Amino acid sequence: MSLEAETVQPADQQAEIIVQATDIRKSYGHNEILKGVSLTVRRGEVVVVIGPSGSGKTTFVRCLNHMEKIQGGRILVNGHLIGYREIRGRLVEDRERSIARQRREIGMVFQRFNLFHHMTAIGNIIEAPVRVLGIPEAEARAFGHELLKRVGLADKANSYPEQLSGGQQQRVAIARALAMKPRLMLFDEPTSALDPEMIGEVLEVMKELARDGMTMVVVSHEMGFAREVADRVVMMADGQIVEEGPPEQIFVNPAHARTRTFLSKILSAGREPAHR
Amino acid sequence: MHFDWPFFWHYLFRPSSAYLHGLMLTLVMSIIAQSVGTVLGLFAALGRLSRMKPLGLLIRGYIWIFRGTPLLVQIVFIYTALAAGGIFQFRTISLGVLSIPGNVQAGLLALSLNEAAYMAEIIRAGILSVDSGQTEAAKSLGMTYGLSMRRIILPQAARFVIPPLGNEFNGMLKNTTLVSVIGVPELLLSTQELISSTFRVFELYCVVALYYLTLTTLWGFVQYQLEAKYGKRSSDAGTAPGFGERLFGSTLFRAALGKRG
Repeated sequence: MSLEAETVQPADQQAEIIVQATDIRKSYGHNEILKGVSLTVRRGEVVVVIGPSGSGKTTFVRCLNHMEKIQGGRILVNGHLIGYREIRGRLVEDRERSIARQRREIGMVFQRFNLFHHMTAIGNIIEAPVRVLGIPEAEARAFGHELLKRVGLADKANSYPEQLSGGQQQRVAIARALAMKPRLMLFDEPTSALDPEMIGEVLEVMKELARDGMTMVVVSHEMGFAREVADRVVMMADGQIVEEGPPEQIFVNPAHARTRTFLSKILSAGREPAHR
Repeated sequence: MHFDWPFFWHYLFRPSSAYLHGLMLTLVMSIIAQSVGTVLGLFAALGRLSRMKPLGLLIRGYIWIFRGTPLLVQIVFIYTALAAGGIFQFRTISLGVLSIPGNVQAGLLALSLNEAAYMAEIIRAGILSVDSGQTEAAKSLGMTYGLSMRRIILPQAARFVIPPLGNEFNGMLKNTTLVSVIGVPELLLSTQELISSTFRVFELYCVVALYYLTLTTLWGFVQYQLEAKYGKRSSDAGTAPGFGERLFGSTLFRAALGKRG
């Protein structure tokens, strides 16, 4: 993959704030996974989160749509507190129904695709728009076919997930998330479970999405993608953000020793070997 | 030994209307008890999986009792013991042309409650067999618990639930014989009544055994169709046991065909 940076429109510093995470803390028992992580993402920005395994980057992204509870800090998405309500200065976990409502605007793409196995590609895509948003099926279907065309799978509408390759499944999963017309897309290592020859097709779809101005937070080991598409790269280690900045800065002139070590390992290996 | 063949053939192929009524009762009670048991079992399974601790504990207690005591004891307890203790007495309910005797109600209740305990565990295992990534994806799309259960999890759990459900119904068809002790004139009691007027014990037990065998065999065929349709996806249909294996058990069937392993 080319490491030449394409001209990316730098995100407007005045653009509205989509994600505002402040001092996020999360632990499992005594094991502290996130030790005060703060991040602001503006509309149209693409933020790529990198870092060694166990650094908490996946956990952090999963907190942004309340797939994980947090023990401290607060997360605002589109100006609304995610997963919690504030009652007399204290945060109380929100009701399931309102959490579900908040998640409608936040798309998520998983490492293992998680397509619904008992539904076709188009069935996967229209399920939530029809059942959650109440959009008429014909309308949802038309939009779904359009999305499938956009991810290059117009001919696979009636295929079941098991009939599709990993790369195709992940592209359907992206289309499924887009069908909800989200204002923010979260990607949790979207290419880590893919065979090498399929990574490119998924990244291509993600680049296209970034070019269209989607706000994205991407956990990824794809440095080429980060260089080319990211407005900002965030380096995490040991549950904290070690440094962040535009890709040129992070990749060419990292300030932190942890970042240098991590990058040299990644770049010497070509790509971090798949884990988990 | 004298086996009265004409008598045997007569009752096998030209059963009295009382006997056919018994057969009907067996079938109808099995279907109702299995359906009610499955629905109750579904709710019990969901309750056990819920985060509400007291509810889960209550359901575990229920399952513990109904799986830990004989079905025959449960039937007699619900019909006879409750009445004897002055707690509750089942009375005939009339619904227009249809009247349901108290013992049929009690039998149905016992069979359903017992079945629900078994189905709860089967359905719970089925739900737990569905990959947790499916729930996560559903949540991330803004689905509530109820919606993701109904549309995503349960349809996928069905393929783990349908094979054991079929076996449960096979058992149910035979377990209905137990309600004969509280005087429900199902197939077995009809047979016994016929015996007391004809004294042809051997012939009539042969007849009733063949009736049950026919019921379970026909059901085996339905079950095979159901599993082919819902139980397994097309890709792993090749490994599903065939009708013969289903019926005779895989080891025996393989042995009969001279297969090993």
